Amino acid sequence: MDDIQKKLQQSSKATRQERLGKSICYTCIGLIILLVACILYFIASKGIATFTRDHVNIWQFLTTSNWEPGNLDSKGRPMIGALPMIVTSFSVTLLAALVATPFAIGVAIFMTEISARNGAKFLQPVIELLVGIPSVVYGFIGLSLIVPFIRNIFGGTGFGILSGTLVLFVMVLPTITSLTVDSLKSVPMHYRQASLALGATRWQTIYKVILRAATPGILTAIIFGMARAFGEALAVQMVIGNALLMPKNLVSPASTLTSKLTTDIGNTVMGTLPNDALWSLALILLLMSLIFNMIVRFLGKRGNIKNAS
Amino acid sequence: MHPKRTDKIATGIIYCLVAMVIMILIFLLGYILINGVPDISWHFLTSQAQSFSAGGGIRDQLFNSIYLLILTLIISFPIAIGAGIYLAEYAKDNWITDIIRTSIEVLSSLPSVVVGLFGYLLLVNQFHFGFSILSGAIALTFFNLPLLTRNIEESLNAVPNLQKEAGISLGLSEWKTITKIIIPEALPGILTGVILSSGRVFGEAAALIYTAGQSAPEVSYTNWNIFSASSFLNPMRPAETLAVHIWKVNTESVTPDAHIISAGSSAVLIIVILLFNLSARFIGNRIYKKITAAK
Repeated sequence: MDDIQKKLQQSSKATRQERLGKSICYTCIGLIILLVACILYFIASKGIATFTRDHVNIWQFLTTSNWEPGNLDSKGRPMIGALPMIVTSFSVTLLAALVATPFAIGVAIFMTEISARNGAKFLQPVIELLVGIPSVVYGFIGLSLIVPFIRNIFGGTGFGILSGTLVLFVMVLPTITSLTVDSLKSVPMHYRQASLALGATRWQTIYKVILRAATPGILTAIIFGMARAFGEALAVQMVIGNALLMPKNLVSPASTLTSKLTTDIGNTVMGTLPNDALWSLALILLLMSLIFNMIVRFLGKRGNIKNAS
Repeated sequence: MHPKRTDKIATGIIYCLVAMVIMILIFLLGYILINGVPDISWHFLTSQAQSFSAGGGIRDQLFNSIYLLILTLIISFPIAIGAGIYLAEYAKDNWITDIIRTSIEVLSSLPSVVVGLFGYLLLVNQFHFGFSILSGAIALTFFNLPLLTRNIEESLNAVPNLQKEAGISLGLSEWKTITKIIIPEALPGILTGVILSSGRVFGEAAALIYTAGQSAPEVSYTNWNIFSASSFLNPMRPAETLAVHIWKVNTESVTPDAHIISAGSSAVLIIVILLFNLSARFIGNRIYKKITAAK
């Protein structure tokens, strides 16, 4: 009797499998969340040590332009001003996005509105390949082609924001393009039909209807591109010149947050002020990446409402 | 201006932009291949790197890159497939799923140098893995996971719902339906995604500089003992990959033939990535034909 009861009340093999499988999946997803939490926690706790443990003024950190973490200034405060790096990082990012956007929109329009067939056949692989080229290779090409080219035209060393921009432009181009393509594709077909039926030319339709309808999506694409440009390290580091100066013009050597991090973090001792200061730069990078993320979410929400109404 | 003329001009400009983008790609590939391929020789591929004299090869770097890629896939694929199944099949439309999706987005948009630094902090220092292939592989896992998860989720979602309904109506458990029906059906898409992400892992350098390290100690390719320090299989040894090598000889090293080494290595890197891309495309096309019966 007991045997039968036991058999009946026991969960079947399938149920046990189901539970096991489900728990494996839940563990995996839990692991990913844990990972993100870990990254945020570790970088943040290291990054604010400069301000909590070493008592550096945040305002001074963000707005002064002397970076000599080993030395003290006349008032006895450590000289860590990250302004030059912040300015350079933002300049290369904005300029790269500015140069890349027209190209990206042009290619995306071609792929969705003008010749979808050729777009899928030739441009899709082009974009995939541009994504596939590793950043060090971009850096190497920048170093051996763009830097000498700029040196010949503008003089100076050739290293600087302009070289960084040109390298980053090619790197963010595929990101912006493929996302713009997605947003153009999501514009409903009847918008085009209605506009063409009213007698508008193809360009009028594209310019006045499709691009307007896809604006939130295109902005999202640009922000994604900027996020990529802002976080890019090696390619920029190879062509920017890595001088800790306030950038005076586009062709003087400068250094970005990422380039400073990659060159210096190995040369400082863990737990000392120069090292903490570098972690604070990493924290800025992390925060910027989160901010870009939030902007994308915000734009996405606005875009949705627009489409629904 | 007349609308028709504007239309013509605008179309012309768009054609120009497209042509320029294509030319940029052709120029880039051409430059790398024309400059690099003549430097690739059997000697270059199979000899050791030299730090102070010319004529060094990339044997160890090439092997490290491949080994690291394999380890990364071994670690990241199971997690990604579990997470992908969760998102595609189990996730409900509520705030928890929202948090999960947000964290995956955050992870995928983190700059790779930040991921590398985190790996340095946690794996190299906290867990005392040191600069090692293992640290590098775990760091690359962070970098690879969100991409792979999203790809697997998309592939699973692309399987028609009918398949699942049929499985369930036959009395199979949900888990059986997923593992025996949906995953095999989605496998081609998953495979394409894995190959494409392999390309990205293969060329990644920023996340590796401070996790896998920048030195390639001499290893013996006959020592199969995985725990021996000189074995090529030992995951605890520091390892410089091809991409890191290119970065290093260009920025920090004193090798006299840095340009030749980086040109050759870049060409090798690009060729491998082209192969990855082509095979992904080939597999994708074949499967598409198989599924849609289009000849």
